[in-house]
Amino acid sequence: MSEQAPPVSVTEEKDIRIVEFTNNKILDEANIADIGATLNALIDERDQPRLVLDFSTVDHLSSAALGMLINANNRIKQRNGQLRLTNIKPQIFEVFRITKLDRLFRIYPTRAEALASMEH
Amino acid sequence: MGLPASNRMSSPDPRRSSPVITETRYGTSMKFVINSDYARGREVQNRILDEVTRYKYNSDSVFAIKLALEEAFVNAIKHGNKLDPTKHVYVEALVGPSQTEIIIEDEGPGFERSSVPDPTAPENLEKCSGRGILLIESYMTSAAWSHNGRRLHMIKRND
Repeated sequence: MSEQAPPVSVTEEKDIRIVEFTNNKILDEANIADIGATLNALIDERDQPRLVLDFSTVDHLSSAALGMLINANNRIKQRNGQLRLTNIKPQIFEVFRITKLDRLFRIYPTRAEALASMEH
Repeated sequence: MGLPASNRMSSPDPRRSSPVITETRYGTSMKFVINSDYARGREVQNRILDEVTRYKYNSDSVFAIKLALEEAFVNAIKHGNKLDPTKHVYVEALVGPSQTEIIIEDEGPGFERSSVPDPTAPENLEKCSGRGILLIESYMTSAAWSHNGRRLHMIKRND
């Protein structure tokens, strides 16, 4: 299992990290744990971490994935950072709406809007 | 009537859990018994979803069944059977052209539906777990627990 591709790809714009998911499904416990560990490491690297999670590749996610995202959000808040979600497909957005997590997360239609919303 | 069960077995993979699959006048009937193992659970989910796809369900119905199956299997294996490999999960599915009916039963202690907190309440919104049941109930046409919460019976209509 050591040859598996990393669960996310990370790019940087100014000091904002943009995270894209490698797999179109965020379902398996192991995959979710991998993504969570990667996000935690990114968050812990800096004071006031600023992250954009780009969901453009994501077609399926589970409640366990939502839990992982909430954990990342809490961790970022503890470090006075900022988290934005973007490019969420309609079927996936519906999962956020049903769970009312669209009220917890700051969600933007496009990556540009998510980046522009970041406070300095 | 449909093919004999032996002809419907598309995979010789010995890890498969000896499913019983038959064609009925209502659709494809499937029965599985697996131990508390996520990989086995995934195989069963995929087998049911293959059938849903074969019946050309619309995209929203497929999404709903996939999500509900995922949540139901995690609930049965992790929260019900506590990942105990000696405990089993019993699955029955009837996939037909107009609806899919799924029963999933574990061997855990069960639970009381009414005692599960509302995950959308403001005080619970930042909790990392407790959304699986809400998603199953929201996405399926009907979902009901019996046998002290060990058995979930859910239906999705393809409309």
